[in-house]
Amino acid sequence: MIDEKDIAEFIYREAELLDTMQWQAWLDLFHPEGRYWMPLEWQQQDPVLQPSLMYEDLLLLKVRVERLAGERTFSQKPKSRCHHLLQSPRIVACVPEAGVFKARTSYIYTETRGDMLERYSGWASHDLVQVGDALKIRLKRVDLVNFDAPFGNIQLFM
Amino acid sequence: MKKYGENAEAIAALVREAEVHRDVYVDPEIFELEMEHLFPNSWIYVGHASQLAKPGDFITANIGRQPVMASRHSDGSIHVFYNRCPHKGVKIASEPCGNTGKFFRCPYHAWSFKTDGSLLAIPLKKGYEGTGFGDTQANEGLSKVKNVVIYRDFIFARLSVSGVSFEDYFGESLSTIDNMVDRSPEGKLAVQATPIRYMHTCNWKMLVENQTDTCHPMVAHESSAGTAVKVWKREQGDSTETPMAVQLYGPFMSPYEFYEQSGIRIWPNGHGHTGVANSIHSNYQDVSGYLDQMVAAYGEQRAHEILGEVRHNTVYFPNIMVKGAVQILRNFIPIAVDKTLVESWVYRLVGAPDKLYERALMYNRFINAPTSIVGHDDLEMYERAQEGLKSNGNQWVNLRRLYDGHEEQDVTAVINGTSERQMRNQFHAWAKFMTMDMGKRIEAAE
Ligand code: FES
Ligand SMILES: [Fe+2]
Repeated sequence: MIDEKDIAEFIYREAELLDTMQWQAWLDLFHPEGRYWMPLEWQQQDPVLQPSLMYEDLLLLKVRVERLAGERTFSQKPKSRCHHLLQSPRIVACVPEAGVFKARTSYIYTETRGDMLERYSGWASHDLVQVGDALKIRLKRVDLVNFDAPFGNIQLFM
Repeated sequence: MKKYGENAEAIAALVREAEVHRDVYVDPEIFELEMEHLFPNSWIYVGHASQLAKPGDFITANIGRQPVMASRHSDGSIHVFYNRCPHKGVKIASEPCGNTGKFFRCPYHAWSFKTDGSLLAIPLKKGYEGTGFGDTQANEGLSKVKNVVIYRDFIFARLSVSGVSFEDYFGESLSTIDNMVDRSPEGKLAVQATPIRYMHTCNWKMLVENQTDTCHPMVAHESSAGTAVKVWKREQGDSTETPMAVQLYGPFMSPYEFYEQSGIRIWPNGHGHTGVANSIHSNYQDVSGYLDQMVAAYGEQRAHEILGEVRHNTVYFPNIMVKGAVQILRNFIPIAVDKTLVESWVYRLVGAPDKLYERALMYNRFINAPTSIVGHDDLEMYERAQEGLKSNGNQWVNLRRLYDGHEEQDVTAVINGTSERQMRNQFHAWAKFMTMDMGKRIEAAE
């Protein structure tokens, strides 16, 4: 039976995979219909008819991951690295009978490349589903506190 | 040490027939002169009338370094003023957009202004009696930008009091805006989305040039578009339908011949566009119901004419690019010699199916966002150029591709799509608008 502790563990594990650049293992956390979404508007409801920074399915996430290792990916010479500092996830819903698992996690994210270091603050909302014994990401939503700021390149995943 | 100052000759010498000197990208003095001369002498995009739907609506913008704002007055007219209180200079509006109600009120001493900019009231008005206030510029209210033209809801302004008229400045190039507007069955566009904003640590002109640089996509974007095509080929299984995402990424990888044949059209004053015969936007899947709507609105022949025009990137000199086929406008806003804010706007085709708006928004975040892998490819090149241009080994940037030695300036022509002629066209206009009012100022000072 999946409990609240499992949800929190899942979220820490996800961040760890990103920080250690285990991209394939990270992709494996997604449900085949999973989405990664970064809204561009305050409390945005619609990823399709409102503008977003990212709204990607597994195919597009695979493209990103494969690109990171590409021989001709010049924006990754030198490579970026990232670090997630997470607050304890707040479990929004944990109803195993209904298959509903939701959490919201406040975080600070750092992305570095060469001498550059950029910090971002925001909240990650996870909608998870149970597949077999495991949890999978149905939707990871990343709301930056300053979603409307003009950023430079954000190359990895928050 | 001022090298270029009011020296029109020295500035003109930076632009050779098919080369430009690196100072146009890296010299802070040149940047200041652009802010002082090039931008005020040019017609600059301020915003779209749909952002000013109701009386009291306003937007703010910058033309060069100068803060301006546009507002919708109670009688429906649109006005552009300098965003500066006539009392002590406080910015009147501090947000990108909003509604001010019946009047603007300065937050410092509460001078207030009608939405056409005229002075409405000053507290303790008596204190100005007998002071000659009526003869001051402040008495006129917010300083107006006099040269404003709203073309099919696109608001353009020229700060210089004298200069090239709107019609002479843009001429036939307005056909790209026409086409984008005509793509709405109602002949109307609407801004409903906040722009995607992307900070570039490079000179603004690198972005403008890149809009008609057709020899870089298959090279620089192999990492993004190339990988997208590769992954799709591998993963598609027995799927017969290409996802919209792959339709948008795929054409970037077209070979040189494709871009050669699709052609470039140049116009006077630095405007021009890629994608004359066809373009990377030619082969998107039809959106069901849209053609019928267009035929109903315009008739069979005209509807096909409108949709058959699939121009790729249209540069409106100096600093916007319009993409009619996906309803996008990119505004390259100069911040410093090596810093440019890019705002990418999407317009909704009023009356058209949602799917078209979805596609435009998708294109914008795939290509123009700080989270876009295609954007990462380009920005990396601009940043490397900004660094590389510091080299003294060679101080000239080469723009000689398909140069034939007899180019006429300020003409309309259709040329091979891999030519660097549009970049040469832009730099000719650059030198012209940089220097056109310099002689006069020197005379006035003498
Ligand atoms: S500065 Fe605006 S009212 Fe004084
Ligand atoms: Fe590009």
